[in-house]
Amino acid sequence: MSDPLFEYLCRLGDNTLVLGHRVSEWCGVAPVIEEDIALANTALDLIGQTQLWLGLAGEVEGKGRDADKLAYHRDVWDFRNLLLCEQPNGDFGQTMMRQFLFDSWHVMHLKGLMASSNDQIAAIAEKSVKEVTYHVERSTDTVIGLGDGTEESHTRMQNALNKLYPFVGEMFLSDDVDTAMADAGIAPDPAGHRAGYDAHLDDVLTEATLTKPEDDFAHKGGKSGTRHTEHLGHMLTQMQWLQRAYPDATW
Amino acid sequence: MVRPAPQPVPGVVRPTPSNARLAKKPTLETVWEWLSAIPDPEIPVITLTDLGIIRDVQWQGDTLEVTVTPTYSGCPATSIINLDIETALRGHGIEKLTLKRQLSPAWTTDWLTDAGRAKLEEYGIAPPQPAGGPQHCPHCKSTLVEKISQFGSTPCKAQWRCQSCREPFDYFKCI
Repeated sequence: MSDPLFEYLCRLGDNTLVLGHRVSEWCGVAPVIEEDIALANTALDLIGQTQLWLGLAGEVEGKGRDADKLAYHRDVWDFRNLLLCEQPNGDFGQTMMRQFLFDSWHVMHLKGLMASSNDQIAAIAEKSVKEVTYHVERSTDTVIGLGDGTEESHTRMQNALNKLYPFVGEMFLSDDVDTAMADAGIAPDPAGHRAGYDAHLDDVLTEATLTKPEDDFAHKGGKSGTRHTEHLGHMLTQMQWLQRAYPDATW
Repeated sequence: MVRPAPQPVPGVVRPTPSNARLAKKPTLETVWEWLSAIPDPEIPVITLTDLGIIRDVQWQGDTLEVTVTPTYSGCPATSIINLDIETALRGHGIEKLTLKRQLSPAWTTDWLTDAGRAKLEEYGIAPPQPAGGPQHCPHCKSTLVEKISQFGSTPCKAQWRCQSCREPFDYFKCI
């Protein structure tokens, strides 16, 4: 395993990069213009956070790779994002369910990182949490509005939840990297957020008249990089096509 | 409803050959004055100092160090702002210059100056309020306003609408 701090920073940066790219796929094609703008803004925040996380990862690694190099010159097996982030957009409801499941975790996680023993990580978390607070407010409202909406929107949101819930568990799994971070006081143990997350999820889903699947089975392998879903590779061919076609091209 | 066009905006100072070299180091007060003339690239009625994103100006030996904090981490104006600062200061004859990025404490709309808030309102953008929404419509001053979306044309703005004059308007949201 490479330096655990580098690994950990890639996890943070790859989550925001991959989800940011996914959300940006809606630009120009969202159901109404306000949602289009909101999605594009969310994607922009996430990509901005990526520059901070992957920029720091490159510094920590010390091999001359910057955020762009890490984003565009790695292949699928080097990505460390949660599997949830790489799942396809589906319909608007599925995109917003994915966003809600991620944002609810993201905001807790960032609040934990604000107390990091690493000053740079604490500063990036302090910056990001302000932006993410707006994300979670919007995705929560949308899940409630569509869940407790028409029969059609309710069915779609329930289907989205059934499809995406198996990707929730990975957020709370601890491995060697997490243990190393927790021991150094850099990041809280992810398992510690589970109870708070579940309580929040139950509150929102109840209000949204949606039912959480009973099966707690969790897909894993994204943040460790051992097994991504088939979707990430396809996404990277889009996201990285310019650097793949014209390596090292600059603006 | 017809609104007057926004006032023309003072441009960024461009380098001119006559002031390319300075006889002595300008005072920090002078540098702050120069910085306060640089407009925000996306909302040019307010300046960088109105926005409160210039955190510090210091001389480190003969190098001028300007510390800037970003508004939003993905705001595309950030790199233009740095370029504008550099262009303006070089135009005033500063040769050795470094720009430092500072993330913490994170930028907050509390740092917008009162002058900046007034200029926003005059321009048609409702300034941020502790209550989390606009005090009134920036056009007709009606307090009957409603939120359309927390996200707007730039990361720092939300979309609102006035129920009296029916005009949509931007609200500079709290962060």
